[in-house]
Order: sequence, then structure tokens, then C-alpha cells
Amino acid sequence: MNPHHDSHRMHVFRKYLFSIDHKVIGIQYGLTSLFFLLFGFSLMMLMRWQLAFPGTAIPFIGKFFGESRAPGGIMLPEFYNELGAMHGTIMVFLGVVPLGVGCFGNLLVPLQIGAPDMAFPKLNMASYWVFFLGGLTMLFSFILPGGAASSGWTSYPPLADIATIGQTVWLIGMVFLITSSLLGSINFITTVLQLRTEGLTFMRLPFFVWSQLVTAFLLLLAFPPLEAAGILQLMDRLAHTSFFLPSGLMISGEPLKGSGGGSVLLWQHLFWFLAHPEVYVILLPAMGIVAEIIANNIRKPLWGYTSMVYSVLFIGFMSFIVWAHHMFLTGMGTAMSSFFQATTMIISIPSVVILSCLFISLWGGSIRLNTAMLFALAFLPMFGMGGLTGLPLGLSVSDIHLHDTYYVIGHFHYVVAPGVIFALFAGIYHWFPKFTGRQMNEFLGKLHFWPSLLLMNAIFFPMLIQGLAGVSRRLYDGGLQYAHAQGVLSLNKVSSYSAWALAVAQLPFIFNFVFSIFKGKKVTSDNPWEATTLEWQTPTPPGHGNFETTPTVYRGPYEYSVPGASRDFTPQNEP
Amino acid sequence: MDAIPYTVKAREDTGLYNARLGIWLFLASEVMLFGALFATYVILRLGALHWPLGASLLSIPLGTFNTVVLISSSVTMVFAWVSLKEKNLGKYKMYMGFTIILAVLFIVVKLFLEYIPKFEHHLYPGKSTFWAIYFTLTGLHALHVLGGIGVNTYFWGPGANMWQSEPERFTNRIEIAGLYWHFVDLVWIFLFPILYLL
Ligand code: HEM
Ligand SMILES: [Cu+2]
Repeated sequence: MNPHHDSHRMHVFRKYLFSIDHKVIGIQYGLTSLFFLLFGFSLMMLMRWQLAFPGTAIPFIGKFFGESRAPGGIMLPEFYNELGAMHGTIMVFLGVVPLGVGCFGNLLVPLQIGAPDMAFPKLNMASYWVFFLGGLTMLFSFILPGGAASSGWTSYPPLADIATIGQTVWLIGMVFLITSSLLGSINFITTVLQLRTEGLTFMRLPFFVWSQLVTAFLLLLAFPPLEAAGILQLMDRLAHTSFFLPSGLMISGEPLKGSGGGSVLLWQHLFWFLAHPEVYVILLPAMGIVAEIIANNIRKPLWGYTSMVYSVLFIGFMSFIVWAHHMFLTGMGTAMSSFFQATTMIISIPSVVILSCLFISLWGGSIRLNTAMLFALAFLPMFGMGGLTGLPLGLSVSDIHLHDTYYVIGHFHYVVAPGVIFALFAGIYHWFPKFTGRQMNEFLGKLHFWPSLLLMNAIFFPMLIQGLAGVSRRLYDGGLQYAHAQGVLSLNKVSSYSAWALAVAQLPFIFNFVFSIFKGKKVTSDNPWEATTLEWQTPTPPGHGNFETTPTVYRGPYEYSVPGASRDFTPQNEP
Repeated sequence: MDAIPYTVKAREDTGLYNARLGIWLFLASEVMLFGALFATYVILRLGALHWPLGASLLSIPLGTFNTVVLISSSVTMVFAWVSLKEKNLGKYKMYMGFTIILAVLFIVVKLFLEYIPKFEHHLYPGKSTFWAIYFTLTGLHALHVLGGIGVNTYFWGPGANMWQSEPERFTNRIEIAGLYWHFVDLVWIFLFPILYLL
């Protein structure tokens, strides 16, 4: 029996809600994660008020948060912590990753490999709905007594072990999200390995597919240890075990009940064993998107495709043995520190290789500067900033000074916000016509791009300076009572005003996105960007089963401007 | 272009049909899950001042009995699959039935002869790190056994209708359920010595 046939007869419910079509599921992931990105962004805007104007009432909306969070509209420290933990959690697990993997991966991987769907369509649907449940669980936790989780997105014990009920619900939410991504990763790997169409050898795969394949392996193998850790923390909280609680712990002057004998560092190891690969889960799909868009808009092949592929494989492998660079200050021995410092320096090499290949590719191209390309191009230096500022954190000596300061916040936000988020925006502008049949407006696109680029830097560069001055992260008053912070306090306002302005700068995008779905300029061709990869060789939008006839692949992914060819692009399925 | 390829037949270059690759990937993630838990055990045990000898707290005869039960169920699971290869549904049902009964027996022993008497003696997970590890690891394993019972019962009952329409695909399904079942068995083979004997 073939799952596609009956879906023709299905009514709307089955078609749009419980669909097993990878494109619908991809769009569901996309809309859900855009919602969560906006939500996580809003939490952050509240935090930025408190950082810039500590102790003053939040204007307009302050009174809606209630006595337990913001009496008289003034944010309590507990509320700040709640916002911080949930901003991190939501941005990472419900925003960026589901957009990069769940949305773009689902939409594009089957199309780019010439497959009718994912290998397991029902599993695909299940993974979306489990993800959705995880999201609901996280949202629900805000209304619990004591609020949502507030021990940081890292949930370090002993704090997290003794926190209010929100933490328990956070853990349950994480179990949903982990389960969802496990189902997804099995599906992606099987799809890429099994459903590649005829002639599509590994070295002819678009770089985006490679990046998704490696990402899926990271999700598959790195998430279970966090799930294990989550189960242990749940046991600590619910069954009163002491996996993460050492003997002799005092809490508010009273000895902790329970057997003790646990280890707080155990959590950190299990957590970072996931969370370092997780940063590549965040990053690699973005790199894949950028590579596709750059290749298409320079009208020539990517320089060093092969080295990019080996680099991404090497990143995948290495990302499992760098985790303890997050733990240099936990008192590990120098031998351990040196090991993780060395692996960290090594893993930066393949990232540099990929970035360099993309830069060199630009050389001599006839570059088409549309909005998608602008965002993709901006990814390069912005991710470059994030990467370079990471090196001092990877060296155990300089990390002693920088650890847990705003420098860290600045560093990784350069990677995830003007880096990854820009790449995701680029992807939305680029692939929008394929799935809607309409183009997004270029003028509004540029109105979105330029202010965003400027403001992102105005938000995060000051954080690097504050961090170098020694300002700790997770300070709820922005450093008002902190000696190191006095000289750089005014920078808080720069960051905050820029963050709110950044919100305004997203309005053209939101308007453009919604408007273009209904009223955007219709595309006249199935391949408006004159691209080579298979997703553009389908009808617009692709119907059930994607391709009208099974495509056969004859060439590599980026055959642009082939000498002697009649056009400046030769699709992969052209003999 | 409609049907998803390789749902039944293997793809030439990988030598696998889709679900077979899928289950191996799933098991790889399970290895990481239990691997992390075993690592937890090692780390906490090495860091502990005292660690009780498992044999002094747990019953080796019961543990051994359950080990034999699970291994036997793995064997009957293989026979169930072989019976389908021989195109004998009746024999398949018999062996699958044995597999399910043995799995249920494992749970009964675990619950009524091990867990509940422990609780009656006020031995809860919070009692000490040993008990925390014991209950968490065996509990998670027991959940996996229950999952297997669910899947196998489905394939023994209503799921077996597929034999009439798509025998080859059904045989594949049993192979996959079997791979999972052997994995559950294997986890126990690690759990038994580290908890009961060492
Ligand atoms: C322009 C957008 C963003 C701004 C202005 C922003 C700002 C902030 C601020 C002010 C903090 C809290 C620092 C502290 O008190 O220690 C923070 C923490 C964090 N952010 Fe963002 N953020 C943005 C986007 C993102 C994105 C896209 C991600 C993820 C992909 C992300 C992930 C995190 C994480 C993981 C934390 C740490 C939370 C914790 O301390 O546990 N942020 N961000
Ligand atoms: Cu890391």
C-alpha cells in the first residue's frame, strides 16, 4: 500500500494538520519555530529592559506580570532568571534547530536527492507532533507556581535539583524534544542513504544535504546522553535520589536531605557531551544553506567542494571530543585541560576551511546581490567573528579570565544570531518561491537586511567589551552592584536600544512574509534563480511525490557557467 | 513518481531496506543512552567511599533465573522469524507467543519478587547511590521490555494480518522487532553482572 495515494482523498484535516507529506511537515516546523523565535526574542527584550534600567518599572506592560514576578512593574531577580533560562532553551531547542533541521531539512533534503518523500513519512509526522508537545510543555511551564525553569538553559545541579516545579516540567519537555529529534535524525539518515535517486553519488550531493546528514548523526548520537542525564535529574527531583547531589551539601544553612554521594560534575559532562555537538547542529544546516545560496548567486561552482565535504565530516567526528572546553574552570587536571584545548583548536580548522572555501568562491564570480545573497554573504564575516572570538575561550589560560562573562554571551550570539539566524533568513528568501509560487519583495528584504546587520553588531559587540572588562553573565541588574562593571555600564543601554530597534527591523520581514504568501509577485518559471540542484527541477509548488518522473542525475551539484554549455547553469538531471 | 523505494527490497549499494537501516540507527542511539548510564554507574562507583556488594543486597538466583528467561525469549524470537521464512504462520504464532510469555514472566519476577519486596523493606531509590542506580537502570530496562511486549503482541495479534497481503514485508517487520528484542536482552546481560555480581 502506498501512503501517497490515499492522501489525495483526504480532507483538509489530514492534508494540513496530520499530513505525512514532508513539505507540509517542513512548513509546520517552519511556522512553529518562527513563532518560538519571536517568543524567545520577546523574553530577551524584557531582560534587556532590566539590564539597561535595573530597578525601574517596565513601561506599559510591567503591570501585567503580577506580584510574584514584577511587583509594581519592577522585575524580580527570579523573573530575570526565568526569562534567561527560557530564552536560551526556546531559542535553541524550539527556534533555531527546528527551523534549520525540521523545516529546511524536511523541505529540501528529499527534493535535493530526487526522492518522493522522507523514508518514513509517518515517523516524520510523529516527530513533528512530539516536538509540538515539547513546545506546549515548555509554554505551559510558565503558569506553574514558581514559574518556568530558571536554572539556565544548562540546568546545572545542585541548583536545578532543588529548583521549583518548573524545572521538572522543563525536563519532561526536553524528553519530548529529544525524542522528536531522535525520530527525525533516524529519518534523515535513512532518507539520504537509501533514497538518493539514480546517479546521485555521494560526491554529487549538494553541500546542504551533507550538512544535514552530519547534523542528523550528531542528533542521533549526542542527544541520548542528555536524555540519560535528564532522566537522572528527574529521579533526583521526583524519587529523591542523589545522582547530582554530593554528600554534605548545605542549602540555606540546612543539610540536604537524601543520601548524597552524587556528583555535580557528572551532569556537566553529560550535558556538554550533547551541548557541544548541539552547537554544530545549530551551525551546520546554516552553513549548508549559505553554500547553496552562494553557489547559485555567483554563477560558478563552489571552490573546494570536496574539502568542504571532508571538513564537515571531520567537524562531525571531532565535535564529540571537545565538550570539556566548557568546563576548564571546574578544577580538572592539566592533562585533561590540555587534551580538550588541543581538540578544540583542531576542530576550528575545518570550520575555517569551509569558510575560506566560501570566501574564495566569491572571487571572480558575477555576483547577484539579491536579499538572500546579502544575508548569506553577511553570514561569512559574522560567523567569522563568532568563531574567532571563540578561540580565546578554547585556550584554558585565557578562558580563566573570560569564562562566564558577557564575552561568552557576545561570542556565541555572534555565531547564532547574525550568523545562523541570518543564514536561516537567507534560506527563507531563497526557497520561498519554490513552495509558494511567489517571490518575496526585494525592497522590503533590503529594508530588513541592512538595519538588522547594523543592529546585530550594535547589540553584541558591546557585550564583548563588557566581558573583557570582567562583567559576569547572568547578572540580573546588568552589573549595577558589580565593581568590574562600573566603567562599561553605559554599554548596556547601547545593547538594549539596539535590541529593541532590531525588533522593529523585523517588521518589514514579517509583513513581507505574510504579504508575499498571498500577494507576492508570481514566479513565471519553476526555476526562478536558474539553479542546478534538483529541488528546482520540480513543479511549483511540488505536488505529492515531488517529481513528475523520477529524475536521473548526470553531474555534480554546482555546474554553473560550464564552458560550451548553452546556458550559464546545467541542472544535475540534464544529460 | 510516488512510491517510496526500498521499503521491502534492499538497495544495492547499501545492502539494506529502509526499516533495517532505521532500526540500526535507533539501536545506535540506544547504545549511547545506556552507555551514558553505564558511565554514570562507573563514575559514581569510583567516586564512592563505600559501595555495597550487589550479591549482598540482591538475589542472585532471581537474577540468574531472569537472565535465562530473557535469553530464551531471544531464542524463541529467532525461531519465530525463521518460521516465517519457512512460510509457516502457525509455527510463527507459537514461537512469538512463547517470546511474549517469557517477557511477561521476566516482568512478573522483576516486579513481584524483586521490586515490591524491596519497597516493603523501605529500600527506595533515594536510599543510597547503589539503589538509585539499581532502580533507575533496571527500571529503564523494564520499560524497554514492556515496549517490546507491546510491539510483539501487536505482531502476534492484529499485526499478523499483513502476512496475507505482504508476507515479505511482514517477515521484515519481525526481523526488526527481533533486532530490538536482542538489544533489550543484551542490555540485561550487562546489567546483571554489574548490579548483581560485582
Ligand atoms: C538578537 C537576538 C538575541 C539577543 C539580543 C539575545 C540576548 C541575550 C541575553 C541578553 C542573554 C542573557 C545574558 C545573561 O543574563 O547572562 C542571552 C542568553 C542566551 N541566549 Fe540569547 N539573544 C538573542 C538570540 C539568541 C539566539 C538566536 C539563541 C540561540 C540559538 C540564543 C541563545 C541564548 C542562550 C543559550 C543563552 C544563555 C541562557 C543562559 O544563561 O542559560 N540567543 N541572550
Ligand atoms: Cu563547545
